[in-house]
Formats: sequence, C-alpha cells, structure tokens
Amino acid sequence: MTTAAPARPRFNLRALFSRPEKPYIHPYLGGALLGVVMFLAFLITRNGLGASGGMNRYVAAVQDAVSPGHIDQTPYLLKLAGGEKNPLDDWSVPVLTGALFGGFASGLINGRVKAEINKGPHVSNRTRLIMAFSGGAIMAYGARMARGCTSGQALSGGATLSAGSWALMMCIFGGAYALAYFVRKAWL
Amino acid sequence: MPIFPLQAFLLPLSQNPWTYAVFGLIGFAFGFVLELSGFGNSKKLSAQFYFRDLTVLKVMFGAIVTAMVLLYLSSAVGILDFNLVYIPETYLWPGLLGGVIMGFGFIIGGFCPGTSVVSTATLKIDGALFLLGAFFGVFAFGETEKYFDGFWHSGYYGRLTLMDVFHLPTGVVVLLVVLMALFMFWGGEQLERIFGKRDLKREPRLRYAGAGALVLLALAVLVIGQPDAADKWARIAGAKNAALAAREVQIEPGELLASLGDDALNVVLLDVRSEADYNLFHLESASHVALDDIPGLVPTLLREPAAVTVTVVMSNDEAAATEAWRMLQAQSIANVYILEGGVNKWIRTFGAGEADIAPLAVAPGSDRLAYTFPAALGARYEAAAPSPREWELEFTPRIKLERKRSPSGGGCG
Repeated sequence: MTTAAPARPRFNLRALFSRPEKPYIHPYLGGALLGVVMFLAFLITRNGLGASGGMNRYVAAVQDAVSPGHIDQTPYLLKLAGGEKNPLDDWSVPVLTGALFGGFASGLINGRVKAEINKGPHVSNRTRLIMAFSGGAIMAYGARMARGCTSGQALSGGATLSAGSWALMMCIFGGAYALAYFVRKAWL
Repeated sequence: MPIFPLQAFLLPLSQNPWTYAVFGLIGFAFGFVLELSGFGNSKKLSAQFYFRDLTVLKVMFGAIVTAMVLLYLSSAVGILDFNLVYIPETYLWPGLLGGVIMGFGFIIGGFCPGTSVVSTATLKIDGALFLLGAFFGVFAFGETEKYFDGFWHSGYYGRLTLMDVFHLPTGVVVLLVVLMALFMFWGGEQLERIFGKRDLKREPRLRYAGAGALVLLALAVLVIGQPDAADKWARIAGAKNAALAAREVQIEPGELLASLGDDALNVVLLDVRSEADYNLFHLESASHVALDDIPGLVPTLLREPAAVTVTVVMSNDEAAATEAWRMLQAQSIANVYILEGGVNKWIRTFGAGEADIAPLAVAPGSDRLAYTFPAALGARYEAAAPSPREWELEFTPRIKLERKRSPSGGGCG
C-alpha cells in the first residue's frame, strides 16, 4: 500500500449540499439575535427591517421597464417609479436581496438547502402549492394595504412602539387564528 | 451630539454608494437569523396557530423587545437621536384590514413575505410558490389601489406611538411591553406543554437569565429617562449659538418671499406671537403656534418631506422666534430659519404703502408689535401676501437646504 500524502480536501459541491441537517436554534436565542440585527439596523441607518417594500420595488421596476407610461398614470406606482425615478434606489431593495443570500448561507451551513415541499401529512403537493401561491398573493396584498408586512410593520413598528403597528400586529395574529380552524386539514 | 443614526444614512443613499452594501449586510443577517430560527419551514410557522409550537411568537416578540430596550436605552444615554429613527406612520383603518388579510394569507400560505424569501433560498418549493404569489399580490395591489385611495389614506395619525396613546412615559411603556412579552412567553410555553406535549423541564434555564436581563435593561430605560428638549439643546448649544450669532439662520424678508414663490419648496410658517397680535396681522400662510405648543408640533413637522421643507419661525422682532428656533433645533427638525427682524421688519418692507397700517408713535419695546391696525383683519392686508413677482428685493441668501432622504422611501415595509 502506498501512503500518499493526505489529499487536500477538494472542493466538493455535492458534499456542500449534503451536510448533516442541524436542528434550528432555540427560539429565544433566535429572537434575541433578530432583535440585535434589527437594533443595529435602526441605530446605524434609522430604518428597520422590511420585505414587502423591497418586493414592491422589484415589481415596479419590471412594470417600469415594460410600460413606463402606465406607471406615470397610476398614482400608487408614480411614487415608486414615476418619471426618472429608479424604483430600485431604496434601502428596502438591498435588504430583501441580502435576506435571500443570508437565508441561503444559513441553510447551506446547517444542511437545510434541500428541494422539498413542507406541508401537513394529509394534503397533496398540488393543493399545498396552490395554497402557497394564493396565500402569498393574499398576504402581500394585505401587506401593501397595511404599508408593511410582518417585518416592516410588526417587527420594526413593534420595536419602535408605533401604535398603528401594534394594532395591525394584533390583527395579523387575530386573522390567522380565526381562519386556522378552517384550514386545519392543510397543516395537521 | 448623538452620533447615530450615521449622517450618511440621512442623505439620499446614492450620494454614498457604500450605504447600499450596509443595507445588504443587514438583509444578509436578517435572512440568516430567520433561517436559523426555522422560519424557512412552513410547518414550523403554521404550528403557531394550532398551539403546537410557538416559535413564531417567541422569535417575533423576543426580537421586538430586544430591539426595543436597546433602542430606547441608546436614546436614553444620548448616542441615538430617536427623532431621526423611522417609525411607521399610523393609518389605522387600512392597517387593521390589511393586518387581518395578512393573517389569512399567513395561515393559508404558511409564510409571511420575509420568511418566504429564506424558504425559497433553501429550495423549499412551497416557499418559492408563496414568493411568486407575493409578487403577484404586490402587483395586484399597485393596480387596484386607485379604486379605494380614500380608504387607503384613512385613519391617519402620523408618527403615533404607544406613549402618545396611553399618555405614559417611554420607560413605563418599555417596561410594560417587556413584562407583557414575558407573560406571553410563559403562556406560550404552557400551551406547548398542553397541545404540543413539550417537556418544559428540558428547556434551557438560561432563558430566566435572558428574561432578567430584559427587565433590568427596561428598568434602566425607565430610570435614566428619555432626553428632554433641554438635554437635547445642551448637546448642540455650542454650534447652534454660533450660527445664531453669525446670523446664518436669520433670513431676510426678501428671501422668505422668494422661497414662498418657489414651487419646489414646501415652506411652513410658524407665527409664535400672541394670538392678539396674530389676529391683528399675520402672513397669509402662517400658522399661529404659542411657544408652549411647539413641542406638540414636533411629530407633525417630523413627517413633512424633509428634503423640500423649509420651516420659518417669526415673532414681532426676533426674541420669541429665536426661542422657537432653539426648540425645533433640539428636536432635529431640518431646515429651520428665523424671519429676520420679524413681522415688524416684514411690514416695514412690504406694508409701507398701506394706509391702514400705521407705525406706533412711541417705540413699543423689544419683540412687541410696532404698528397699529384699524381692526383685527389678520391676513386681509396686501402686506400679508405680497406677490413674489412684484417685489424683487436684494437679499443675502442664507437658506442652505439639507436635502435629506425620506426614510420611508415612499413604500415602507
């Protein structure tokens, strides 16, 4: 048997994506970490966290590219992308984009980057995916109506003690609990 | 002077391109922690609403109270200027309805927008479909908002905090929110024990230390208290008194008139004289505000578009106006100026030809009205609203507009 010099571990893409799956961290630790991230965001930049605002700007950018005239005639879009305005020139865009990479990095390190569908045991993939799409559309519609989602309003407004954000946070939980019984087959 | 938020972030971001990278890093950390906590998994998120696993509640409120105590503590010790922190504005009715709709979407789809992003990043197909749906929902809102624009702007209370609603000091609210969150954590754990069959004995004891730390920090916020106007003024008095003495912030009547005629500017005129003087004569677009009421006006002024707003304070001469200017400076209102020579100089400049306005025979004393009027006609004199086109006065321009970034960027969230 020849004893070769210990081979340098070569970059192995497959191994990178099949790391052992680690458990999630304790929710209180997660909350504290998220709180520190949000605090630093406010401290340094005056803005908190956000997601739906950034989505809004990506959508407006596409609309601006496809039909700029339409943007200039729609008051809501005018504010985001009217005239010479670049809808992507806003803090919410790099935050949203960064979140995609951050989520991927954590998933990779902890062995959770895996193509799968998470769902309740008694629901078909097709139903789950249809519900996911409709839920996303409903949630985002509500988020824009409320001028922010769970990140921009509930978290960021909650931490700065905005009265409206606290009221709407109660409504998010209220709405979800009210409907939970009726869609329990999807999850339980 | 508080060093946070950093000056670069008060300006349009394109002036300092590195600021985008900072936001990118914040987003990265945001996504990283969401994924670490299990928020990329719709089963974990939805379990919240069947009392099996209250991770959502624990992470959300854990984050809210952690950020809250650190923020208000930073403000208390004077490193953070809280007036510059963006607080989502309250539009009550669309907020409430939007919240309920979001709740429906949450339990149907299993995510919220931010969590669907990290779910997509870890290749969860249901997360990706939710994200696609969210893009569609955002698009649909943009296209339909025009049909209920009135409702979408209803219930507007501006920069309204829980302190304003309950008339409680900041420290008390911070402590109460911490106690409420700890109570909810306790309740959540009981629900998990009952519905999720979780053995609470195996939960880390460290969480009691965390709870204790939160309470201690909240107590510190309560004991130190938030800086009042006098504290804030003391921090900036040196530089600001120098600007006053160098007469950099007193604008001549001619410059005010030119600014009023500039359509690109939003000029807010605050008249801090007695109500009697105001009723006798005032500039057409000036609002009457007693000096004592200036602090109550701060939240309103903070939500004016800072990049194009110039606030001009005036009294009969300058003494009361200077006092008002100091108060507004202490509250970080941008672009505040004093009308040089006050209303008296304004009348001397623009009212010389008006027969009804007569100068007093005897000089009235400092910061008193130096003219008599036949009746309390308020702004119904020509001198109250001279035409910027008719008067072309020479003046030394003093307004240097700080073109600040509008923090919400026109679409928060």
